[in-house]
Amino acid sequence: MRFSSIIWKEWLVLKNKFISTTLGAIVGPLLFLVAFGWGLGNAVEIDGGSYIDFVIPGIIAMLTMTTSFNVVANDINISRVYSKTFEAVMIAPIKTAVFVLARVTASALRGLYGAALILVIALLFGANLHIDWYFVLVLILNCFVFSTAGIIAGIIVDSHADMAKITSFVITPMSFLSGTFFPLDRFPDFLRVIFELLPLTQAIIGLREGVSAAGSWIVPVALFGYLIVMLPISVILCRRAE
Amino acid sequence: MIVYKGVSKTYSNITAVHDLNMEIQKGEFFGLLGPNGAGKTTIIRMTMALTPPTSGSIEIGGQKIRRDSTDIKQKFGIVPQYSNLENDLTAYENLEFHGRLYGLPKQLRRRRIDELLEFADLTSRKKDIARTFSGGMQRKLMIAKTLMHDPEIMLLDEPTVGLDATTRRKIWDFLRQLRENGLTIFMTTHYLEEAQALCERVGLIDEGNLIMLDTPEKIIQSAGQFVLDCYQNGKTTQKFFEDRESAIAAAEQTEGSFKVREANLEDAFIKLTNKDLGVRNEI
Repeated sequence: MRFSSIIWKEWLVLKNKFISTTLGAIVGPLLFLVAFGWGLGNAVEIDGGSYIDFVIPGIIAMLTMTTSFNVVANDINISRVYSKTFEAVMIAPIKTAVFVLARVTASALRGLYGAALILVIALLFGANLHIDWYFVLVLILNCFVFSTAGIIAGIIVDSHADMAKITSFVITPMSFLSGTFFPLDRFPDFLRVIFELLPLTQAIIGLREGVSAAGSWIVPVALFGYLIVMLPISVILCRRAE
Repeated sequence: MIVYKGVSKTYSNITAVHDLNMEIQKGEFFGLLGPNGAGKTTIIRMTMALTPPTSGSIEIGGQKIRRDSTDIKQKFGIVPQYSNLENDLTAYENLEFHGRLYGLPKQLRRRRIDELLEFADLTSRKKDIARTFSGGMQRKLMIAKTLMHDPEIMLLDEPTVGLDATTRRKIWDFLRQLRENGLTIFMTTHYLEEAQALCERVGLIDEGNLIMLDTPEKIIQSAGQFVLDCYQNGKTTQKFFEDRESAIAAAEQTEGSFKVREANLEDAFIKLTNKDLGVRNEI
């Protein structure tokens, strides 16, 4: 009941701003696909394949990451620091863990809604995607991992201005260093190993290579590992948040 | 009902609350009165486990409250100093969300929403987004929201701050109605006339210390029933007397302009703390 009430509220917020949210979720993917699909797609080849087929899984992972992260990170931060609606939930008879799980789920669902929109656009651009259960699983895990990261960021950052720094120093670098736009083997070995550990890298590998690739089980296990480490941290931080 | 035992709260080097010992009785309208920064909001936040005390304990019905004390929280309604409404939701949706959060079944939820919108005089605005409401309407919606789950205790942190005089009086009537319905009310305010008009017992707090705790009448008596305000050389000073005759006799010896009047809670506060709400007075 408490879990579903949080999801219900997030759904209402989305419903009340449905058109602006949907348009906002489309603009980013459109720009990326125009630039990297039409702009570079036919002129560049990677590993013998077209660039558009290479870059679209990366763009999907990157944009679902930013949506899942930003929705909850900004909302938690604003509700803590400015609107004080965070307190309204903290004084309600709801366990902190239930609250965190509900917010993570709601934000991940927003990320998945964004992913569905991106997939439709990508298919319209002629992307050659193999969407199966593994693709969906990786996408879901990616959304949950970054929603949880968003909760942590929303709690530990004490002003909205500092939220922008998290984006500048964590999210944006990860977008460019996780193999979104070019293969990681272009980096020196020691950097490639570090970048391969990033959760976005794992999601991109999963979406790009699919279940049939050697060692494909590593991707969901790694993402799940991130999730089970970050979830308790976010609950503890939420419990201590003042 | 709520017992504070040696409660202190320190932020870095600042002591916000120092060794607070007091008890709020079931069914009373209790006011915590003090200037801005006295520690009132910290006490409310500690009561609701939004911030932990540095030392001491707070017990509600014999139980210590923690962040995950869902059973105790179910008994509370809290109206914070600033709006905590979901600004992107309508008045109706705000109440619906609160009802769901507190586990009210659907039929009860719908009935309570209709009753409380009527009570708060907001039925005609139920489909409007909360962001579009005036300060007074937002405050009434916050109180209505808090009443959704029929709490036993209501905590109000500066419930009329920033509101005009007319709206403030309306909120007072609203609170009196709740008191008549048997609710225990714990309110903080820095409006002395508000505490005097509403509260059965008042705690005076200043710089984190509870200075006095009694009925408004007894607090006033402790300072003196009558006040002589003397204005001289650009400064107003006050003297306190047990009866009007003594005050008038003292006034006759006074140079400059003066006024003899009955003392109020504000006078008592000034005498006991040697300060007004930010303005020092010579006594």
